[in-house]
Amino acid sequence: MANAFPQVARKAPRGASVILHLVARRAASALLTLLLVSIVVFTISGLLPGDAAQETLGQSATPAQVAALRHEMGLDRPAPARYVQWLGGMLRADPGQSLVANMPVRDIIAERLPNSLMLAGFTAMIAVPLALAMGIAAAVHRGGKVDRVLSLATLSMVAVPEFLVATLGVLVFSVKLLWLPSIALVSSEASLGDTIRSCALPVMTLTFVVVAQMARMTRAAMIAQLDAGYVEMAELKGVPFGRIVLWHVMPNAIGPIVNAAALSLSYLLGGAIIVETIFNFPGLASLMVNAVTSRDMPLLQSCAMIFCAAYLLLVLIADVVAILSNPRQRA
Amino acid sequence: MSGSGFSRRAALAGGLAGAGLLTFGRAQKVLAVPRRGGSIRVATQSSSTADTLDPAKASVSTDYVRIGMVYEGLTTPDARLRPVPALAESLESRDRQTWIIKLRRGVTFHDGGDFTADDVVFSLLRHKDPATASKLAGIAADFASVRASGRHEVTIRLTAPNADLPAILSQPQFAIVRKGDTRPRGNGTGPFRVRHFQPGVRTVGERFADYWMPGRPYLDRIELIAIPDEVSRVNALLAGDCHMVNAVNPRSIRRIEASGSHRVMATPSGLYTDLIMRADAAPTGNPHFVEAIKHLIDRPLVKRALFRGHATIGNDQPIPPFHPYYNPNIPQTALDLDRARWHIAKAGLKGVRVPVYCSPAAEGSVDMASIIQEFGAQAGLELAVNRVPADGYWSTHWMRHPMTFGNVNPRPTADLLFSQFYKSNGDWNETGWKNERFDRLLADARSQPDEALRKEIYGEMQRIVHDKAGTAIPVFISLIDGYDNRIKGLHPIPLGAFMGYRFSQHVWLDA
Repeated sequence: MANAFPQVARKAPRGASVILHLVARRAASALLTLLLVSIVVFTISGLLPGDAAQETLGQSATPAQVAALRHEMGLDRPAPARYVQWLGGMLRADPGQSLVANMPVRDIIAERLPNSLMLAGFTAMIAVPLALAMGIAAAVHRGGKVDRVLSLATLSMVAVPEFLVATLGVLVFSVKLLWLPSIALVSSEASLGDTIRSCALPVMTLTFVVVAQMARMTRAAMIAQLDAGYVEMAELKGVPFGRIVLWHVMPNAIGPIVNAAALSLSYLLGGAIIVETIFNFPGLASLMVNAVTSRDMPLLQSCAMIFCAAYLLLVLIADVVAILSNPRQRA
Repeated sequence: MSGSGFSRRAALAGGLAGAGLLTFGRAQKVLAVPRRGGSIRVATQSSSTADTLDPAKASVSTDYVRIGMVYEGLTTPDARLRPVPALAESLESRDRQTWIIKLRRGVTFHDGGDFTADDVVFSLLRHKDPATASKLAGIAADFASVRASGRHEVTIRLTAPNADLPAILSQPQFAIVRKGDTRPRGNGTGPFRVRHFQPGVRTVGERFADYWMPGRPYLDRIELIAIPDEVSRVNALLAGDCHMVNAVNPRSIRRIEASGSHRVMATPSGLYTDLIMRADAAPTGNPHFVEAIKHLIDRPLVKRALFRGHATIGNDQPIPPFHPYYNPNIPQTALDLDRARWHIAKAGLKGVRVPVYCSPAAEGSVDMASIIQEFGAQAGLELAVNRVPADGYWSTHWMRHPMTFGNVNPRPTADLLFSQFYKSNGDWNETGWKNERFDRLLADARSQPDEALRKEIYGEMQRIVHDKAGTAIPVFISLIDGYDNRIKGLHPIPLGAFMGYRFSQHVWLDA
């Protein structure tokens, strides 16, 4: 950090249009990425052995049955034709018909996406403030007792695999104490209280997994700023330490912190597969695994696109926040 | 009618309500008076977006339970695998080719419609339509004609005599749907009506008040979910989140029983994992090789180590010992390294490397392969074990290499097993063997009216498979269910978990 004096309070005159331009450029590249991903997903999913007709009829299928069903599903048409048709559907926001469930992909996803968003939302609500608090506390007390305890805690959290966290959680809170349900019974009929109780263990597990990484990144970003010359200058000028941290250091550290948070949170939607498996949570990740095993390509591709889009969106948000918080990046 | 083995049994089944319980071992349960009411949650091991309310498409455990709750077939299997009437009152035939089925009167569908012969005709014939994508299209091809011969009478004419028709009709896929229901959404005559159905997530059934069996079902509500992970499934049972779970690993039994409030029910079944040696490939086509492999399997070890004793020793033929047609006079093949060595030398395969494919898709096959590999090494045969993923196993590996493992679910009749897996032109003639005498006997047994003679014919077929076919069947695997103590009325039916998946009309909750 050569230039140690950030221009926090002042805004560049042409700021708004510059930011819009930057955001537009990033959004355009995100869309291009999505298109490339769609091609990759389509190609790779085509490489899986067997197809939906075979998987639907299962072990006991006869070749004649498979051929008839394959024709009915339209799987006997060439791949490029299927891709173009599918992409056209996606552009019209219609991901098509599920090959195995006999219902529109949109309906299936509409049932599962809110569950996944709820799980991710609850987790983010708890994990982000917790990680920020832990990271800032560790950075401020760098080298001290608090820092060492927090470092030890976050490092061991990173080291413990989530299936172990989840299983131990179930054994203690569900099987031994009978406090919380061992499986997530999420349904439209359940009351809010039941839903929260159902989500408690999955959210706890996911928080465990993402908090550590976010806290460590926060600590690193804060320390980098705390070491900068402007902090020393502010201290010499007699600015209270709390004020330095909040008003001088935070705005500079926010970029990397939001980036870390975005990466961790993007994991919550698609990477929650282990948690969804252990708690039988009806979310998108298990739906996608399901789609892979049943070779339900329209469903599989839609899930992949949602995960990819969510990831790109979070990164985009992180970029924008970083730009807004640090005027130097607007150039 | 003396011609049909079925009507003689009809008397037994007249009291279907109590019939099943008579065979149940624990006497105190028979004495307990069933209680009405209660709601339970049941978890099976498999579910996906392919979950269906169409009986013709049923293929995994949640489907079978769901279909069993909502629909009924014309017949249903009892604890000894004999078909007893359900929606049919009697099935009669003089020549076992033309069958007259008298239907139960006063049965209603969930939508209030009367159950008549037209519904049966529609339900059975829809399996012939390729658009239905029926699992039993192959069997339905044997229906030459199905027609209503009265408002409550159906006449089925088969393409060839088959004494097993009553048993065949007990399969869940042949459950009866309403006439004209090309995409069934749950309108059946079964004890529960669909309240909520979300494929891959859950099914909620509520008591059907107009069910034809007086007083049944006992429960008010059944919620069906699937928990694919075994540890989670058992945890959910122990935590009280589920009242019944299936596919319990033998390793979990002690944990379940230690809880004091849960039990397990082990159902000896015809489920088996077999080692398939293709007759049309080398070296597996060599009878000496096949004999050698059969003598390289330590069956008691497989039973003890892989299934903790919850298995029945097999003898390389698919009929399990508790089946009425089982032939006990075939000598049991056992681990015999000397004999194996001799056959290997005869086959000229000493030191040759033979690949064998196994996968978690075929239960226990990975461990079985290791056991055979170990004993093979001692006898001078080098087996290369290729462990492949479960995903796509059935379409890409099963039967496609000289040596693979298969996994066969229990079938309601000996005929179905033999004609699907061992007949020369069977759909899944796993080993690709051909045996004329076997095929002839299979046809004979179908048309044979005399039970004793049928048993004899099936006995000889078991011997032929045991001696000649390239399948090694080390054990029959028992199915283990875990359940809450308060659930009463359960007893094993060897066709599947949870009383052959038909528990819903039998169980009650003892509060």
